Amino acid sequence: MDLVLSKEAINSIIAILDEDLLRAGADCVLLVDRSGNLIVNRGDPANLDVVALAALSAANFGATAEIAKLIGEDDFALLFHKGKNENIHFTKVGRGFILITLFGKDVSLGVIRLKTVKVTEDLLPILGGEQ
Amino acid sequence: MSFIDLSKNEVQCKIVYYGPGRGGKTTNLLYIHQAMSEAVRGKMVTIDTKGDRTLFFDFLPLALGKIQNLSIKIQLYTVPGQVMYNATRKLVLKGVDGVVFVADSLKVQKEKNVESLENLKQNLADDGIDVKEIPLVMQYNKRDLSGSNIPILSVEEMERDLNRDLKVPWFPGSALKGDGVFETLREVSKRTVKHVSRKLLSR
Repeated sequence: MDLVLSKEAINSIIAILDEDLLRAGADCVLLVDRSGNLIVNRGDPANLDVVALAALSAANFGATAEIAKLIGEDDFALLFHKGKNENIHFTKVGRGFILITLFGKDVSLGVIRLKTVKVTEDLLPILGGEQ
Repeated sequence: MSFIDLSKNEVQCKIVYYGPGRGGKTTNLLYIHQAMSEAVRGKMVTIDTKGDRTLFFDFLPLALGKIQNLSIKIQLYTVPGQVMYNATRKLVLKGVDGVVFVADSLKVQKEKNVESLENLKQNLADDGIDVKEIPLVMQYNKRDLSGSNIPILSVEEMERDLNRDLKVPWFPGSALKGDGVFETLREVSKRTVKHVSRKLLSR
């Protein structure tokens, strides 16, 4: 299944990510598909290789989905990695996409979790429902 | 799964290098990485074990210029060749748009080549892809060993073993020296972009 997104669709995605996640304090937000393609990246990813991050995140998500199956789950809906200064939060968007949010230690995980739930709901219709 | 971004006029495709373990898939990517200028290639990411075997995958993004105003971005991946890593291979194959099958010319690897190709067909089929539909190019690697005292398979024998039914383009190669590496990449990229655009036009 190939994905083609118009300029309008990309702009709508950008508006949602900016409005809900960057304004809530996230440093950088990426939307990628589960085969590793980078769809949109927002924020200021200084010195960040977003293309590699997209590929590794898709692989990471795929690998943890296999772990989920081993313990009798279909999938894990979100993943969270905590660093000293920077944290990274991954959320499943439909079946085919992953939302990656990078945020610093001054932003609470709860806020990011709440915002990503809303963002996921808003993104799905643009990405063609349950892809 | 290819992705087309009409706001940037850009297409992203995924090409996977497949084949038996220690056949030269990573060496192909390393050669491409070393030979291409930084302007067209991104950072190469490798997840390998303590030795030199690929544990998960290698990844190398390339920008291959423009075709009719559309920027072409290709992402190259390799899979781990060892038989036991099939779950990982299936993960890396997810959303693949084109495949390079790197076969090992060593005589002792004859069975392993066939086994790996069968495994590719099966894994693609599990994802609903027919091996005859997807752009596929073969590379018969390690041809530089011909003339040495290590027994190698003839190209004709490899053609019979692997390409009799598929009849896909093939190239003799030596990934270590770079022979055939860019010929293979050029052919698979050309076929993949053509395949993706054909699918788009038929929408």
